[in-house]
Amino acid sequence: MKVSFKVNGKPVATEVEPRTTLSLCLRDNLRLTGTHVGCEHGVCGACTVIVDGDAVRSCLTLAVQMEGCDVVTVEGLSDEAALSPLQAAFRRHNALQCGFCTPGMLTTAHALLSEEPNASVERIREVLSGNLCRCTGYLPIVEAVLDARAAYGGPAYQPADAGHGASHASAGAAR
Amino acid sequence: MNAPVPDLLPESTPPDGPYVGRSMQRVEDLRLLRGRGTYADDVALPGMLHAAMLRSSVAHARLRSVDATAARAMPGVHAVITATEIAGAPGAKVPTVPLRLQPLACMEPYRQPVIAQDRIRHVGEVLAIVVADSLALAEDALEAIEVDLESLPPVADWRSSAADQTLLFDNTSTNRGVTFTARRGDIDAAFGKATHVQRERFTIQRQAPVTMETRGVVADWDAVNSRIVVYGAAKVPYFNRRTSADMLGMKHSEVDFIEGDTGGSFGARGEFYVEDFLVPFAARHVRRPVKWISDRREDLMTMAQSRECEAEAEMAFAADGTILGVRGTAWCDLGAYPRTNGLIQPRNIAHFLTNAYRIEAVEFASHVQFTNKGPAGTYRAPGRSETTMFCERLIDLGARAIGLDPVEVRRRNLVTADDMPWHFASVTPSEPASTGVTEADSGDYRSTFERCLTEFDWAGKQALQGKRIDGRHHGIGVACFIEGGAAGPRENAKIEMASDGSVTLYVGSTSVGQGLETSLGQIAADALGIPMSALTLLHGSTTYLSEGFGSYHSRSTVMGGSAIIDAAGKFKQAVREAAAVYLECLADQVVLEGTQARSPRGRSISFAELARSEKIIVEGTFANHHHTWAYGAAAAHVAVDARTGHVAIVDYLVVEDVGRAVNPLLLHGQVIGGTVQGLGGAFLEDMIYDAEGQMITGTLADYLLPTATDFPQLRAITLEEYPSPINPIGAKGAGEGGTIVVAAVIANAVANALAEYGVNPTSLPLSPSKLWQMIETARAA
Amino acid sequence: MKPPQFEYAAPASLSEALALLTASDGEAKPLAGGQSLMPVLAFRLASPSLLVDLRHIPGLDRIEVGADGVRLGAKVRWRDIERDTRLATALPPLAEAIGHVAHYQIRNRGTVGGSLAHADPAAELPGIAVACDAMIEIASSRGTRKVAAADFFEGALTTVLASDELITAIAFPAWPAGRVSAFEELARRHGDFAMAGTAVWFDVDRLGHASNTHIGVIGASDRPRRLHAAEAVLNGKPADATSIAAAARAAAQAVDPADDLHASAAYRRNLIEVLVERALTRASKQADSAVKGSH
Repeated sequence: MKVSFKVNGKPVATEVEPRTTLSLCLRDNLRLTGTHVGCEHGVCGACTVIVDGDAVRSCLTLAVQMEGCDVVTVEGLSDEAALSPLQAAFRRHNALQCGFCTPGMLTTAHALLSEEPNASVERIREVLSGNLCRCTGYLPIVEAVLDARAAYGGPAYQPADAGHGASHASAGAAR
Repeated sequence: MNAPVPDLLPESTPPDGPYVGRSMQRVEDLRLLRGRGTYADDVALPGMLHAAMLRSSVAHARLRSVDATAARAMPGVHAVITATEIAGAPGAKVPTVPLRLQPLACMEPYRQPVIAQDRIRHVGEVLAIVVADSLALAEDALEAIEVDLESLPPVADWRSSAADQTLLFDNTSTNRGVTFTARRGDIDAAFGKATHVQRERFTIQRQAPVTMETRGVVADWDAVNSRIVVYGAAKVPYFNRRTSADMLGMKHSEVDFIEGDTGGSFGARGEFYVEDFLVPFAARHVRRPVKWISDRREDLMTMAQSRECEAEAEMAFAADGTILGVRGTAWCDLGAYPRTNGLIQPRNIAHFLTNAYRIEAVEFASHVQFTNKGPAGTYRAPGRSETTMFCERLIDLGARAIGLDPVEVRRRNLVTADDMPWHFASVTPSEPASTGVTEADSGDYRSTFERCLTEFDWAGKQALQGKRIDGRHHGIGVACFIEGGAAGPRENAKIEMASDGSVTLYVGSTSVGQGLETSLGQIAADALGIPMSALTLLHGSTTYLSEGFGSYHSRSTVMGGSAIIDAAGKFKQAVREAAAVYLECLADQVVLEGTQARSPRGRSISFAELARSEKIIVEGTFANHHHTWAYGAAAAHVAVDARTGHVAIVDYLVVEDVGRAVNPLLLHGQVIGGTVQGLGGAFLEDMIYDAEGQMITGTLADYLLPTATDFPQLRAITLEEYPSPINPIGAKGAGEGGTIVVAAVIANAVANALAEYGVNPTSLPLSPSKLWQMIETARAA
Repeated sequence: MKPPQFEYAAPASLSEALALLTASDGEAKPLAGGQSLMPVLAFRLASPSLLVDLRHIPGLDRIEVGADGVRLGAKVRWRDIERDTRLATALPPLAEAIGHVAHYQIRNRGTVGGSLAHADPAAELPGIAVACDAMIEIASSRGTRKVAAADFFEGALTTVLASDELITAIAFPAWPAGRVSAFEELARRHGDFAMAGTAVWFDVDRLGHASNTHIGVIGASDRPRRLHAAEAVLNGKPADATSIAAAARAAAQAVDPADDLHASAAYRRNLIEVLVERALTRASKQADSAVKGSH
């Protein structure tokens, strides 16, 4: 079947089987491999993309259902020149290690903050609980999203918000 | 306690002073944040086909035949490969997977065949490979393959394995592959003079590393040159290249393993998995590039599982709280095969019951039991998470029994600077290259313990113990740990000046998501005296070096970094020698300032100018047969809802001395991430098999990983008091410490909270249902 | 984990959709948000010949709040419920429970009709439907019918829905001012299906006694249920600690939970007692403050 929709602002048209998921269509047909597939059963959130403004799991969505929709992937969050404020906050806070869950974290957080720039730390945690990360333990991700709120019109960043400490003490060489 | 955000520098800004020790922003983030990483599934080659594996749905059976006639005739199917094609000739056996770590000769009969040939030993074992135009078509064809098998009684747990009534392997008389025994001192004398012996039985559940990126292999057969290039390599590309080439009957130089971005490892990617052979074999068979990407279900079934064991352990105490000895037995359920790394967990269980303590007498046996579960392997803190919990529970229980404060008992027994180098028990059998003797390198284990108590406000929280607030029971716990790292034997690095004067550094270490390009880049930039932005760091792929080792056992910073320092010294000398000719002075007189070489008379030549006529390539190496030993302590404050069994972490602090932190920000991320992974094992994660050997937890809705809402209250402090004396950086391997101590400290804190009922958590996970049952049982008793 | 082959249609009207379902002879499946169906297809646990996508069918995505109660169209998504501020007073148990339903991304696509049809015994909406005496509206080419939620669920993942039928809406009776309620559940992690949960509500008569008590439970049986025996314990009594504890004990005795990976049957039974007690206690505090407020 032919399906036409917009990805990152550009119209696309491609041929898919009805059983082709949106995630597979983006990755294989459109070669947008930033959208990662981590479980294919709607649990891990790595494949999250934004459809008509809503964060959705692209592994639980068929490509043919996208006819006429507006899809944003991680590739659409920033241009060549610079990281978006959200991406830059992820970098500052070491909110990624292996980077596999990162596109889904970014699209989810971007959708959230676009709609709720004042999201509380509890709301941010609750929303991100639909995205699995095995490396970071989530604390720096939550911190990065809190930090990015200001760029969406939300409150200025206060490091204490996440309620955890990141300490490094150096007592010098004793031997 | 909240520290300010570290003073972060982007990699493009040279710091005022050395790079090492600074929290630099990561180089790799620029591509990963834009969705431009290259993970295995991102590799797409012209003419590429897709593979799907037919996997056994039964745990134990004799395999009579695999009939793929109908599948081969389906549209879009290019090949169906079975053991027949792989064995090649009638009666020939398919290759088996060699052991990489602890390659003991006695393991020979237990080695894993690359595909089931006449026997099936676990659900998920590969029976056939379908190669088709698309993965969906390949999966369609799986349904058309007919398998004829004769079911055999499943060996579902270590007890039935140990009974040896059903033998899993031909030419063996037992399902017990080997027994590792740790010994030190006179165990009978130690227990003979004890005033108290604390004895407990512990059960640790099967867990899984669950990397967010599943495994994947893309193999490209070059028919013209008879070469194979394999994408999707991780952790140990050189070993896997050799293994794969041997199995394919090719020269090692005819096979290359290319490392891209890797979505996590946590120990699990250090295996040679059968697909690392099967996919290249399939590519050669169909003479086209073939991609295989494990789906999540396959990954849960076949990627390394770990930790499952039962243990009886005893600790002998003197009246003053001195720990005189430890002894006991463990039975480790390794599942169907040892694969390449399976022996590490049982070996470490034998080795490390003494943990961070000066315990003179040890005798601990750890049995390797094969069953019909998925094959086990290494998982972050293999064997150590388990034994640390055994040791720390025994101390808490023993101290209470003899009327002493468990904190005082720890103080009395922790290894101090004066005890260094502390010798751990020796283990037999040990791999041929090792003496089996291990010693700690440096440190004062009391120092991190005291720091942890202070920062946690242990004294201030004493009153919380067992107290009921808003219906919840509060408790505190503390535990110590040691973290071995930096396994040898060696790592290699190469530095090359390109024709434009730019510097490229190649290292055998591999990245599994830990920020290697940044941390090794910091070490290299300091060693070369040039800005990070002036060098390119390439790692992992077998095309870069003739030999490399990879990332495992928290080794890359120490081993890769030290190899880089060696190479950098040689590189600078080579540049001086080359520049001396142009500068008309002696090589020793040449001074390097960034990418400029200067003579004493003020003449200078840039790397770029030098590179026009000079080719500079040097190789460096670092060999090491000693491990580094980071160490620390953790404390937790929990609140338990005794009516539901739900445990909330109110506060959690881990303090670790790592000798030298190359990039504190990245290290902190490792510790916090490792802690949450440990908390998953303590509360949520449980890989369950039923009596038929069926895996029940086949989805991520069943195998529960921690999420963002579960454990938000965590703190970590890194100390650098005792640099390692055995490498030029002073660093100690430190990727696992966060994980090692979690189960121990949580079990102690929960026991403390529920002391009024006498709840004694000796098995994991502490799920609400299980903990409630423990409370009910204890109340009834 | 690629779905098996199927055909796809996105009809423009309800009658066309129903005609497609009828014509497929039980081989077709309706597709709304797909949040339950897609995993089933990915694991190849079902292989429908045709998916009938409801996305173009008009009129099924409305939340109607009126004097006769709340009516949710089958295509109403969790996020629509989450953001509809009227529901906090028009249907408080649903407004409270919605925060427990799955995760952010699922709530953006998952629908009311999909959840009811999937009939997970631990799902929140079926539990609210049963606890609040909802009627489920069903259409087929043969006509329409309404089924009480209590009769709709036949067992785990099983309902009275025939293969040619579609859920079009669910209707809840009006919620009078002064009625008190609470929802409680415990899941392994936030967003998971509950190990057990309960929605409770009651009215308070002139004497300050509970009446018309409804106690619905999820995760405690093969389907969502009301516990009439426990409700009877509370009716006609003041909702104090003693009567609440008695009702909670009766609730625990009335359920027949099963063992699974995440919890034993005994634990679930205990959990029902604890959660019902906590929910009734919270509800009774609303009653207290309402009484105080009226003086």
